Parts: sequence; structure tokens; C-alpha cells
Amino acid sequence: MDFGFTIAAYAVAAVLFILSLGGLSGQESAKRAIWYGIVGMAIAVVATMIGPGTGLWLLSLVLIAAGGLVGYQLATRVQMTQMPELVAIMHSLVGLAAVFVGLNAHLEMVRVAEAFAEAGLAFPRLEEASLEAMAFAERFSGFAAIAAKKTAVEITILKVELMLGIWIGAVTFTGSIVAYGKLAGKVDSAAKKLPGGHVLNATAAGLSLLVAVLYLGGAGVWSLIVLTVLALFIGYHLIMGIGGADMPVVVSMLNSYSGWAAAAIGFSLSNDLLIVVGALVGSSGAILSYIMCKAMNRQFVSVILGGFGGPQGPAAEMEGEQVAIDVDGVANALNEADSVIIVPGYGMAVAQAQQSVSELTQKLRAKGKNVRFAIHPVAGRLPGHMNVLLAEARVPYDIVMEMDEINEDFPDTDVVIVIGSNDIVNPAAQDDPNSPIAGMPVLEVWKAKQVFVSKRGQGTGYSGIENPLFYKDNTRMFYGDAKASISGLLPKIE
Amino acid sequence: MKIGTPKEVREGENRVAMTPDSARQLQKLGHDCAIESGAGIAAGFTDEAYTEAGVEVIKTGAQLYKAADIVAKVRPPTDTEAKRLRKDQILISFFWPAQNEEQMKTIAEKGASVLAMDMVPRISRAQKMDALSSMANIAGYRAVIEAGNNFGRFFTGQITAAGKVPPAKVLVVGAGVAGLAAIGTSTSLGAITYAFDVRPEVAEQVESMGAEFVYLDFEEAQTDGAKTGGYAAPSSPEFREAQLAKFRELAPDVDIVITTALIPNREAPELWTEDMVKAMKPGSVIIDLAAEKGGNCKLTVMDERVVTDNGVVIIGYTDFPSRMATQASTLYSTNIRHLMADLTPEKDGVVNHNMEDDVIRGVTVTHGGEVTFPPPAPKVNAIAAQKPKEKVKELTPEEKRAKEMAAFKAQTKNQVTLLGVGAALVLSVGLVAPASFMQHFIVFLLAVFVGFQVIWGVAHSLHTPLMAITNAISSIIILGALMQIGSGSMLITVMAALAVFMAGINIFGGFLVTRRMLAMFQKS
Repeated sequence: MDFGFTIAAYAVAAVLFILSLGGLSGQESAKRAIWYGIVGMAIAVVATMIGPGTGLWLLSLVLIAAGGLVGYQLATRVQMTQMPELVAIMHSLVGLAAVFVGLNAHLEMVRVAEAFAEAGLAFPRLEEASLEAMAFAERFSGFAAIAAKKTAVEITILKVELMLGIWIGAVTFTGSIVAYGKLAGKVDSAAKKLPGGHVLNATAAGLSLLVAVLYLGGAGVWSLIVLTVLALFIGYHLIMGIGGADMPVVVSMLNSYSGWAAAAIGFSLSNDLLIVVGALVGSSGAILSYIMCKAMNRQFVSVILGGFGGPQGPAAEMEGEQVAIDVDGVANALNEADSVIIVPGYGMAVAQAQQSVSELTQKLRAKGKNVRFAIHPVAGRLPGHMNVLLAEARVPYDIVMEMDEINEDFPDTDVVIVIGSNDIVNPAAQDDPNSPIAGMPVLEVWKAKQVFVSKRGQGTGYSGIENPLFYKDNTRMFYGDAKASISGLLPKIE
Repeated sequence: MKIGTPKEVREGENRVAMTPDSARQLQKLGHDCAIESGAGIAAGFTDEAYTEAGVEVIKTGAQLYKAADIVAKVRPPTDTEAKRLRKDQILISFFWPAQNEEQMKTIAEKGASVLAMDMVPRISRAQKMDALSSMANIAGYRAVIEAGNNFGRFFTGQITAAGKVPPAKVLVVGAGVAGLAAIGTSTSLGAITYAFDVRPEVAEQVESMGAEFVYLDFEEAQTDGAKTGGYAAPSSPEFREAQLAKFRELAPDVDIVITTALIPNREAPELWTEDMVKAMKPGSVIIDLAAEKGGNCKLTVMDERVVTDNGVVIIGYTDFPSRMATQASTLYSTNIRHLMADLTPEKDGVVNHNMEDDVIRGVTVTHGGEVTFPPPAPKVNAIAAQKPKEKVKELTPEEKRAKEMAAFKAQTKNQVTLLGVGAALVLSVGLVAPASFMQHFIVFLLAVFVGFQVIWGVAHSLHTPLMAITNAISSIIILGALMQIGSGSMLITVMAALAVFMAGINIFGGFLVTRRMLAMFQKS
């Protein structure tokens, strides 16, 4: 089949993928963007199958269809609150696929080398290849055909790329599984390290490098497998050492890794589309991680190398007490308020309270009150988590504001309802230099006239940091399950 | 225990310490309630309403004092009332123990306990029973209403067909609870409101209520409101001079002055002197909320409305809360109810007079036959110590421009450095790598660049869909697997097949989830 056609198709697919990502700049254009992505993917797959692909079409189609079925089930069954877990576990698939493809590339290369040796020809091919060798190379198809035409330098580069692909893929694989476990609550979310901590990671990384050198020097497939195992360990240990509160960053970082792995594999397979898409995904994940780290005022490196550091000094002592309030009190305040801001957090997702919140919003808006939502960049467990939940509950997105848009409006707000968020409304970030979250930008809810905090009970949140907000004079604690609490409010709003 | 509320004996006092609502709540704590017949009439609560709420109505005050274990009232007891108290009986009312030492001693000798509502410590936990604040809130509101009643003009400025009306200018001296309430009322009526307080840290509160804080041109170490429990402390003579000078400057301009300056356990400071009153325009109004303690203006006559020779009305009423008896009674009875709730933690109707508790210790002025006033300082500080505020400097346009220029330069420098380093790296790679690699490398670099450019534009709220879609797209790895699946080796085929399968899951799962998410975004 003509490769020129394939490359043209790849170019079209690449453009479609870029448009698909770029389309996410607006809510309306995003709906179109997804179709660009789907069409791009379809073109890429079809073009590969009729182009450089190597037969077994039927098997491939069946496998894709089977995978599609599983994917369909996953995607339609999943609760919107479980999105973070789903994304994490799907990353692990990409990582594992990259490992397989990388290993395959090596095996193919060995096979080609053996075939050349049997035919008594030099492999890798010499700079000035004999016609005979060129003709022999034509016998291979798919990736083997590409490998067969490589010179010695190119083979070395190929090996490097392939190791990179395998290594990143393996880290992504175990890392994503641990991230999934932490997000789904199947693994303890606290930061944990094996004795040795970073030294273990560094040792594993050092060993990887050593094995890589051995492999380049001609060591067999065992070196690749050792490399894979080492990378698997690093992925596991690295993510285990990161606390649950940093998971949003981790998920987007793994997203980025899966992209780089794809790009590295693209290099080894000389496939431009793989390179382009891998680079797109990789850079997008990297930027997302960067944006989130900035939102939390953390250094990217310190997030990746291990969890929330311990507090640097004694945190300020709490004074006063948390004053509770009942449903009637909150309802009264809401009935009297003109402007209301709702600050949702992970607690809302856990309690599945978004529907009740949406209903409450509708009721309050019907009364002519100004109701808005304030979303902190790191609210929830992955970026934009709250937006998705609120959208699911059909909260109009033009009343959902970002932190920077709304932070100045709190002093003019009558009532703020904080639903299941803690650190992102913690005034200690501004007032207490010893707080572990000092310097992190937070929503200044305490400047509003009244703040109600819907919370399951006393005690600290995910990160275990005391929150002075709960002790403020204008704060009332609205204890109980968020869904039950908000639903209880509904009949009392009149 | 039985809680009884007698009729207030002082003339003109309309408030009552128990309302039908609060009685219901008290009964929930396990107490019985009783009220003297007619005690609530002036505040708008009939005997029938009380009976309906399960309150026993007792004919005379004397009988009530006999029947009740706890007497809750508003005003400090008169001597006759004090005589009626017996051993182990509890009296809850305003008491002003510092001025009432003799009576306090006699009551202590009798063995009765007095809980003074004016002694509630100013800590967050005790706010719900802080009757001084709830009464001051009413006083502040009413002061503005009273001023409006005596003032012959609108509060708002209006431009009408019949001419232009200038807005009233109101000065509130002392931004405590009463002062802030007055500021709020006055601004909401549309007046231009100025406020002054010796504690500079309240400037923020004043401004938050919509008034303008009057700053003095005076350098002095800040008085720390936290040390005095949020109340003002006496100021130095120099400070006072600066303050009076400022007021003199304002006097001819303001139409209404509301003074609320009180210092705990002292006579009210004189802030509005005679010459200031003289300087005011005829028809101006002064409301002196400190009249009971001698007044912030020396021309004030307690409980009277006087008009000076130059036509300035000075009002020295001390019964503002009583003038809004229904509201005041509701709030006051709620304060008492909260105090009772703290006294009966088990909700079993048995009073646990826990002298270890900061709040209960604070309000108790006589107990167990002894005078327990003054209380020790509460263990919890009322207000966190003030941090010296850093002033954000207003930048002049030139400075701003210079700053922007500097930022621009820094940015350019950054970009050029990055580009330089990047170019050098690419070149050095190009020196060693073969051309076939470089072709792909260029594609890679461009793709990374495009990725960076595109992703910055993605809306923040769409970050989750972005992640889902990039996840779907990253299954492009399927191409690699497809290129290998038909290879001769079985092992390779199996691994490639697995990779195809997994990527398949990812493609469909990723796109479907993204679609689900995006379908939910809607405009109102």
C-alpha cells in the first residue's frame, strides 16, 4: 500500500487532534472538539491498518471492538464523582501498552537481525548498503521493514528511544494504578515511603541507567526486562510517597508521562503521528500540572518528590469554639440574603450532593437572589472536578466562577455556604506563616457577612490541617452529611 | 427549676425578659416558666399568649418571687426587689456591679446568686448571650431613626422637579456595636456617613458598613483593642486634642451626630464640646447614646430632649431598646435562654452552676454568700492580637509604567534566554544525530510547541474534559501495536494484540466519558 497516502492521512489526523485540544477553550466549541478527536483517531487507525500495518486486520478489528465494548461499559457506568479514578486507571492502560509496544520493537529488531545473519548479510546495514541487502530488507513489512533499513547509529538511537518508551510507560503504569487506588480509597491516601525513601528511588533510577548502558552495549532482552521492573518499582514508590491532597497534580503528571511514552515509541517506530500526538498529550499534561502547582503555591519538584512536607514550625493555636447551627438557622439566613456564594469541595462529591445543591440554586435564583459558585483551582481531586459535577447537576456554567473572578466579591456577600471543602478556604494560608499551606491562594470566604460550613463532623480535612475559619465569629458549622443537609434546606426556602 | 419573670417596675421600661417563644425553649431545657400578670403587655405579649406557651401566669410580683427558683428580668433590681430574694435563689438581670456594690453585698449576705447580663465576657462562645451587644444593636438603629424623627430633611440627596435636596451628613463617634448599627442604618437611609473611633483597627469594619472612617493626623502607638476585650481604653491628652480638633473642623458641616463612646466602668468621655454644638447649623441633631454615663456632650440631659439656643436638638434618651420593646424583648429573652442552656448542660432542669466555666464565672457577681466580682480574666482572649498592618502603597502612573516596562523587559529576557538555550540544545543534538532522526525530532519539537500554545487557551473549567480527551488521544499508541501485530513471532503478536485491546478500551472509554462530560455543560 502506498505510504504517501498514510502520511497525508496522518497529517489530517494531527491537525484534527490539535483542533480537538484547542477547541476546549470554550464550552460550546468543546462539543465540536470532541468530534475532531474521534474522527482524527478513526483516520489514524484506518490509515495505519491499510498503510504500514501488517495484516491480521480481522484480529485487530475484533480486538478494537472488544476493547471498545469494555470502554463503553466503563464510560457509561461510571459515576461522575469517580471520574478521577477512571482517568487514572485508563492512563495505566496507555502505559502498559507502551511497554508492550516497546518490548515488541526490540523483539522485532532481534528477529530482523537474525534473518539478516541467516542470509549472511550485515546488520545493521552499512552506510553504503549493497543492493542485495536492500532487496532482502524488502521482505519485511510493518515495523520490521523500518528496522531493516537502519544504519548502526540509527539502531543505537532506536534503542535509546525504545528504552525511554518502556521506562516511562512502566512508571506510568504502576503510578497510575497507585493513583487509582488512592483516589478510589483502596489504598491509604497518606504519603508513605519504604525505608530509604528517596534513596531507593535514586538507586532504582541509577540502576536503570546502568542497565540501559548494558543494553546499548549489546546485552539481551533480559536487560530490558530488568529495566521494566525497575521502572515499575519507581512508579509505585514515587506515587505512594505523595499524599492524597496532591493527587490532582499526580494524575495530570501521569497524563503527561503517557504522552511522552507514546512520543518515545513514535520515534522508535519512525511514526510521525505518534510523535505529534504524544508530544501534544505530554505538553498538555505538563502544563496542567504546572497550573495546578501554581494554584497551590507548591513547587512542582517538591510535589513529585514527596507529599506535603511536615509543618515547619508550631502551627497557630486555635482559639474559641466551633458554633453549630441547625437547618432552620441556615434557611433563615438564606431567605434573608441577597447574594449567596457556594463553595463546593471534595466533600460535595463524596456525598453526591450536587443535585441537591443545584436544586437549592434554582430555588434561590427563582427568588431573584444572586447565587454564584466559587471554584478553587484545586477543589476536588482533579482539575475542573467541581465544574464537571456541577455541570452534571445542570448548574448553569455562567454562574460558576473561578477563584480570581470572585475573590473580591466576598466582602459584599451576605451568605457563603462552604460544602465539604477545607484547605481551599483556610485563612491560615494567609495568616499563619507556619501553616503547611502558608502562601497557597485561598478563597476568602471569611470576609462575607455569614459563612455556613457544611461538614460531616468536627475534625480536620484531607490534609489534616486545622482550619481557623471554623472558629470565626461569622462562621456557623452546619454538621451532617452534605446531601442530607442541603436537601433538608430545600423545603424551608420560601 | 422554675424560672419566673416579674413585671419591670421602672417607669418607661417596656421590655420583658421572657417571651412565649423563649419560654417554649426554656421548657425544652426542663425548666418550668412563670410570669407576672401583664409583664409582657408593653412589649406586645399578652398573658394569653404566655398561657398558651405553657407559662404559669402569677398575679403579683411578690408571689412570683416566692414561687420562682430563678428570677429573670431586664433592669437591675430595686431595693424592694432585692429584699425579696432569698437564699439560693438566682437572679438574672443587668446589674452593673461596679456601681452597685452596696446592693451586691446585701444580696450576697442573703445567699442569693446574681448573674449579671452586663458581665458576659466578650469571647466568641458567649456571643449568643451577650445582651449588651444585642441591646446596643437596637440602640444604634433606633438612634438613627430618632434622629430622623427630629431632623427636618431627607437623609438621601435628591434632585427633584421641585429643587435639589442635599444629602444629610451623619457623624458616628465610637464604632462599637451600637456605632456600627447606627452606621449601617444611616447609610442604608442614604446619608453620607462618617465614623470615628479611637481604635484604628475598626476602620475596616466601618468602611465595610459603607461609612467613611475619619482618620486623625496623629502618630501614636496603636491601642490594642484585644487587651481590653474589644472595648476602648482612655486615650492620651495629646490624642484627645487631635481628636477634638478634627471634630471642630467637622462640626459646622455635619447635620446629625451620634455619639456612642463609652469606656468600661468610667464616666463617658466628653467628645462633643459646647463650642462644637454652637458651631453646628440650626436644625442639626445630636443623639447621645452615652447619656446614662454623663454623656459625650456636656449639654446632654439624661432622658430628655433639649433644644439649644442655636436650634440644635440634643437627645439624651437612655431607653432606646425599650422604645422597640418587642424586638428588644425577643433578643434579650433569647440571650437569657442561651445563658440558661449553658447553666443546664444536661437539659434536665437542674442548674449546674459551674464556676470553672469562663462564661458562667464571668457573669456571676454573687454566689454562695460571697461577692464574686470582679471575675478573673477569662482564659481565652476575646480577640486575636492585632498584627500591624502593612500599607499597600498606591503606585503613581509613572511607577506603574516603569514596573510594566521592567516586567516586559524581564519577560523578553526570559524568552530570549529560553529560546537561546533551546536552539543550542537542538543544534548540539543535530551535530551528532543522523538526519533521519532529526526529521522526526523537528516534528516532535513543533508538536510540543503547538501543544504548549494550544493548552494555555483551554478554559479552566474544562480541565477535566481536557484530561479525559488527552487520555483518549494518548491511546494513539495503538498505531505502534497495529504496526507490529502481523509480525512473524507469536510472542510479538500476543503482546501487540494485548496492546491493541487496551488501547481500544482507552479510545472508546476516553471519548465517551469526555462526551458525557461536555454534554452536561449548559448555559442558563
